[in-house]
Amino acid sequence: MTDGAGNPAPAPGATVTVTVDGRTVEVPDGATVLDACTAAGVDTPTLCFGDTITARNVCRICVVDVAGSRALVPSCSRRAEPGMEIGTDTPRVRHARRMVLELLASSVDLSLTDHVEEWSIRYGADPDRFGPDAATVAQPVKVDNDCFVRDYSRCILCYQCTDACGEQWQHTFAIAIAGRGFGATVSTEHDVTLPDSACVYCGNCIEVCPTDALMFRTEFDLRTMGAWAPERQTRTDTICAFCGVGCTLTLHVQRGATDDEGDRIVKVTSPHGSSVTGGNLCIKGRFGAGHVHS
Amino acid sequence: MSDVRPTLVGVPVGLPVTRPRRDALLPALHEAHDAAGWLAPEVLDAIADRLGLGRAEVFGVASSYASFAFTPRSRRLRRVCTDVMCTAAGAVPPGADEPGVVASPCLGRCEQAPAVLDTEGGRAVVPVAPAPVPQPVSARTLLRRVGVVDPASLDDYRAHGGCAALAHAGRIGPAAVRAAITASGLTGRGGAAFPAGRKWEAVAAASGAPKYVVANADESEPGTFKDRVVLEHDPFAVVEAMTVAGYAVGAEVGYLYVRDEYPEAIARLEHAIAAAETAGLLGPDVAGLGVAFRIEVRRGAGAYVCGEETALFASIEGFRGEPRTKPPYPVDAGLFGRPTLVHNVETLANVLRILDPDGAAPETKLFSVSGAVDRPGCYEVPMGTTLAALLDLAGGVPVGRRLQAVLLGGAAGTFVPPGEIDVPLTVEATRAIGATVGSGAVFVCDDTTDLAAAVLGIATFFREESCGQCVPCRVGTVRQEEALHRLVHGRPLGSVAEEVQRLRDVGAAMRDASICGLGQFAWNAVEGAIDRFGVFGERS
Ligand SMILES: Cc1cc2nc3c(=O)[nH]c(=O)nc-3n(C[C@H](O)[C@H](O)[C@H](O)COP(=O)(O)O)c2cc1C
Ligand code: SF4
Ligand code: SF4
Ligand code: SF4
Ligand code: FES
Repeated sequence: MTDGAGNPAPAPGATVTVTVDGRTVEVPDGATVLDACTAAGVDTPTLCFGDTITARNVCRICVVDVAGSRALVPSCSRRAEPGMEIGTDTPRVRHARRMVLELLASSVDLSLTDHVEEWSIRYGADPDRFGPDAATVAQPVKVDNDCFVRDYSRCILCYQCTDACGEQWQHTFAIAIAGRGFGATVSTEHDVTLPDSACVYCGNCIEVCPTDALMFRTEFDLRTMGAWAPERQTRTDTICAFCGVGCTLTLHVQRGATDDEGDRIVKVTSPHGSSVTGGNLCIKGRFGAGHVHS
Repeated sequence: MSDVRPTLVGVPVGLPVTRPRRDALLPALHEAHDAAGWLAPEVLDAIADRLGLGRAEVFGVASSYASFAFTPRSRRLRRVCTDVMCTAAGAVPPGADEPGVVASPCLGRCEQAPAVLDTEGGRAVVPVAPAPVPQPVSARTLLRRVGVVDPASLDDYRAHGGCAALAHAGRIGPAAVRAAITASGLTGRGGAAFPAGRKWEAVAAASGAPKYVVANADESEPGTFKDRVVLEHDPFAVVEAMTVAGYAVGAEVGYLYVRDEYPEAIARLEHAIAAAETAGLLGPDVAGLGVAFRIEVRRGAGAYVCGEETALFASIEGFRGEPRTKPPYPVDAGLFGRPTLVHNVETLANVLRILDPDGAAPETKLFSVSGAVDRPGCYEVPMGTTLAALLDLAGGVPVGRRLQAVLLGGAAGTFVPPGEIDVPLTVEATRAIGATVGSGAVFVCDDTTDLAAAVLGIATFFREESCGQCVPCRVGTVRQEEALHRLVHGRPLGSVAEEVQRLRDVGAAMRDASICGLGQFAWNAVEGAIDRFGVFGERS
């Protein structure tokens, strides 16, 4: 028996003992090196890794030093093996993490990506050192439907949206990685608009996007008007009433700036741990509620 | 053979189309592209619909290959090599006003530098060039039939010792064949020099089924053309070696993945496979041994990274040519997730040498010698021959010129200074001087070669060939090229030392943190040129 990555199935109940920066930790068989680092109390930066998608290990910010391995190892996807000696703060690791931050931040708009500032300080990243003429992925925002916008200037190519739309959740395959190298982007066929594509507006791609490249139209419009106000937002869980499946909806409600303005649902998510949804919804749950108000 | 290969575009309209295998995608893209010269949106969509694949997915796969055009282009195409070797020989990039003429990375014809390739509908339109093997037949082992046999004749192949290894393998049995490969100490010739016998034993012992044999004929490392010589001039040898490998590891299907830029080789291999089938050397009962084996040719589509074994599998399977994380290794989960034996063409040629019923001839190594020598070509020398001796064989640098450097191992290799050419061309000895044999590419630079321009050319190559999957390589190859561009044009950002430091920082991250060898080695040649040749006046 193997998992999707060809690893043998973990033995239930069995554990694996490794060292992280010299400290011995025990993790369940099948745990990743990232799990082991977390168990050892070490905070590891991750960007492309999401809790609902099989790790693609493409951003490389989570790399660690494993004794006996020439190249650094992506902790998010490598299984912990008995006796592994893991170094999370060696000069090579710090350098690689700093460079991933510098390379990404010099080419992609990370202003809405969590933790980037904190990590940039931790690893001493200075993205400006590549100069004002450094190539970027800057491009106009794609606003082609009422549900969500796609701002690929913010895209780090984590592959999570294409995996969510495709094989791993939605099986719609409306978007895929196209082109190659620095020119690679997330795209519909021939870059047609979403309404011309196979998209069913489930919004499951938005749910997994770590950079807000994919954003609810409501949030985008409010931000554009300067009216996006997280401090006035609350979250409420409810069960979707559209059909009998019983998906948990997390309604993100923004209170009006004045009493006249009223409250509005600005986005709808679903708990990633939900056994019914795994974080995924359909157009009715994701956008139906919002449309009631707009 | 060709009529059982999956081709979707050719399915007559109106016939029910059962959901075909996804690996029909790349052949279908080629068929459509060959027919029209480009891939129109509605053609791509039709292929997607017929294969039951997402239209976005098909567009994503097609657009990852440089061979395909997405705007109207003529079926008649001239590729002009603008890679390092051909640029040094005076190649000029085509202008924008030349329809049907496109620039190309190394065409694997460096002995003809500056090289061009003319095709129509994907097929070669000029006769195959004579084999570039300057050595006499008596000096060759792996290349002994090259230029001697008729590559279209199985009888002639047999008359020159062909099929003897297969017969010998049948007499001694699969386990003894594997033992012979292991005992020979043969290592892979594709670049990584991994012991072949360990792979054969691992695939034979692996539990998954079916198993596959894959011949890696993607040969795209700039400056490398040795595999092309074998493929074009001794195609039956490749078929025979793959068959022996299949017999020894228990695989019934072989894939022969040939780069798109070798149309003559593809034609000759397809002919050889058909002839071998007719003669019963391939098929349900191979040469009366009671085992089945068949071979499918797959044509690459202009992607250096598809020579990386896991990207090659992805390409065959109909996915984007992106390397996969190892482990798992191909011997456990390779093509279609099955145990797979993948070898370079030269490694396979050695299988026939080792299984020669008259005893194995001494080990040799093939080198593709190009650049500033009197007789560029493919050379076969005893293992351990020095670089200096190889250069002598090729006639040395032209009279009146001085040796400046040798780029050993292609773009992923490194520049060797004249003072170190006494190095024996073995994995260990080259490693000891910080170099690598790699793919066996030997590009000789004399005092007229612009090393800085060559380094920039290498950086451009990596930028264009990065698959784009991982950050260190996708962005790192761009930052590396940008910095080299500024340095070569004398416009450093800050001081030269700052630029060099920037290159070092990016290079170290690419080497340490990239997914595959492309990113990991993208800084090798640049680093060497800076540290050992002071190309930018910086020695540190
Ligand atoms: C970027 C990249 C390109 C490669 N290109 C080739 C190639 O064109 N031909 C080849 O035989 N091996 C190539 N390789 C090496 C293969 O991954 C693999 O190691 C080889 O095919 C195994 O065969 P061998 O054991 O006979 O060498 C490449 C590796 C990398 C990282
Ligand atoms: S909304 Fe759903 S169907 Fe549309 S692109 Fe996103 S994941 Fe795919
Ligand atoms: S759009 Fe978001 S989820 Fe999709 S690849 Fe880019 S960063 Fe990842
Ligand atoms: S190193 Fe480069 S070629 Fe290899 S997987 Fe990463 S981006 Fe692709
Ligand atoms: S988080 Fe592990 S590689 Fe991106």
